[in-house]
Amino acid sequence: MSYKIVASQCTNCTACEALCPNTAISEAKGTFVIDPALCTECIGHFDTPQCVAICPVDDTCVIDPSVPRYQPA
Amino acid sequence: MTDLGQEYSEMTGDTGGAVDIGDIMQKMAEHKGCGTSSDGGKASCGSSGGPEDMPPEIWEKVKNHPCYSEEAHHHYARMHVAVAPACNIQCNYCNRKYDCANESRPGVVSERLTPEQASKKVLAVASTIPQMTVLGIAGPGDPLANPQKTFETFRLISEVAPDIKLCLSTNGLALPDWVDEIAKYKVDHVTITINMVDPEVGQHIYPWIFWENKRLTGYEAAKILTERQMLGLEMLTERGILAKINSVMIPGINDKHLVEVNKAVKSRGAFLHNIMPLISAPEHGTVFGLNGQRGPSAQELKALQDECEGDMNMMRHCRQCRADAVGLLGEDRSAEFTTDKIMEMEVEYDSEGRKAYQQAVEAERQAKVAAKADELDGLEKAGDIKLLIAVATKGHGIINEHFGHAKEFQIYELSGTGAKFVGHRRVDLYCQGGYGEEDALDTVITAINDCHAVFVAKIGGCPKADLQAAGIEPVDQYAHEYIEASALVWFKDYLAKVESGEIEHIERGDAAIRQGALLSAG
Repeated sequence: MSYKIVASQCTNCTACEALCPNTAISEAKGTFVIDPALCTECIGHFDTPQCVAICPVDDTCVIDPSVPRYQPA
Repeated sequence: MTDLGQEYSEMTGDTGGAVDIGDIMQKMAEHKGCGTSSDGGKASCGSSGGPEDMPPEIWEKVKNHPCYSEEAHHHYARMHVAVAPACNIQCNYCNRKYDCANESRPGVVSERLTPEQASKKVLAVASTIPQMTVLGIAGPGDPLANPQKTFETFRLISEVAPDIKLCLSTNGLALPDWVDEIAKYKVDHVTITINMVDPEVGQHIYPWIFWENKRLTGYEAAKILTERQMLGLEMLTERGILAKINSVMIPGINDKHLVEVNKAVKSRGAFLHNIMPLISAPEHGTVFGLNGQRGPSAQELKALQDECEGDMNMMRHCRQCRADAVGLLGEDRSAEFTTDKIMEMEVEYDSEGRKAYQQAVEAERQAKVAAKADELDGLEKAGDIKLLIAVATKGHGIINEHFGHAKEFQIYELSGTGAKFVGHRRVDLYCQGGYGEEDALDTVITAINDCHAVFVAKIGGCPKADLQAAGIEPVDQYAHEYIEASALVWFKDYLAKVESGEIEHIERGDAAIRQGALLSAG
């Protein structure tokens, strides 16, 4: 799985973009999106997903259940 | 030549940006000497002080900074550029989701800018508003949580407009990491928001901080925050960078504790302390807004500011402005300078024209100081009598606003020692609730209910009668004259009437500090 950003909640504060260890976050259509192909849920980088930890609005960076769980190599 | 770099190196005697810490602490200590008497008869100092009250190098830094000098805020304008949206902590009085174009309070912004757009905007504003002397980065997040954007903006602006003073406002968590960079860009004013020095208190204000790639909560989070804030403040002082401390007064949580905060920041060399009322309303969606946490009344705020003033310079003229505000404090011209409009503007930076304008302002300021000095004689009759007056003004230290047009009133305390600016009251209308004309007058009376008189350039018959009924004397005979000199003439007349028994001096009640959103920013 990967994380995704709930667009209606995102304040466009940019804080997550700089913190993502996989540069999976980018701005698109006036909000920020996570590329599921790049997101590793921060496994192997940090104890907690960085986007979740920094996001000023709770429940905005959430697990995307439509994507298979990330498997560390 | 007003080049900031040159001024700075002249002041510090070197070009490396560092000053002798012992020297600067000594100067600050000497400077504070004028604000420490406890008999209420001390000299006007710090935020309301003039050149005679502080060492020349500190006066040079503050004299045209509207946020650091109460004197300057009548004449000089500032602008904030919203290049730094990310934040590294969460505060219970802040909600980043709320976005109303007419909202006016810290953390709120209509659009964010790239450093290039910000630089163009600064040039456009500086060319249109010659009294714009200060560029600040105050979020809407934390400038030091966006260091690349913040320092790139400073770099671009210092290249094209070197006479503009640079400042930033931070929560302090990342400050120790960036103090040397701040010094490098000749940023000589830094504001730190410090609401507590005890994590027991802090955990009720800050739900979390982002620290070393983790979200920390509770006591642990507040402990790290306060340690970083104190370290950052000490490092600024060591480098001769003026620090202003902002504190949000939250009744029942940190109101009494702010006296301790005041002592802690004073001992670490802070130049100015600005205690602001909590802005809290349910429609803001903040934790405090939703849980019913109230802000302080006007009297509670003033009592705390007065209590801390014995120890340190207090700022009373803060307008708690937006992170993209433009203009004099108390006005906001940001709507004239949206990104679309700026990108179309042909901008030519006229540094000579700006200099000429600023020299004219200096002459006007000196005339005002002279007018005030003549009026201090004969005040000894006041004895223990102290009272507040409200003034309708558009700036420049003159009574020049119509009562019905005033969006705010400046409050002066009159006593045996003269006229002292002690704050301002917003009376603009609310976003919600649909207040009509008659309610507007009630709003004004509620906001200045602790005043004996209101000085205006002009006032209609109806509001005049209503004010009198509420026990507030409308005074319009000093239209377009200097505020302080006029207030003292009126005060002496008031004292004479009290002495002759014509009137009796009665204490007034409390007043409310306006909460909620602006109906119109225009």
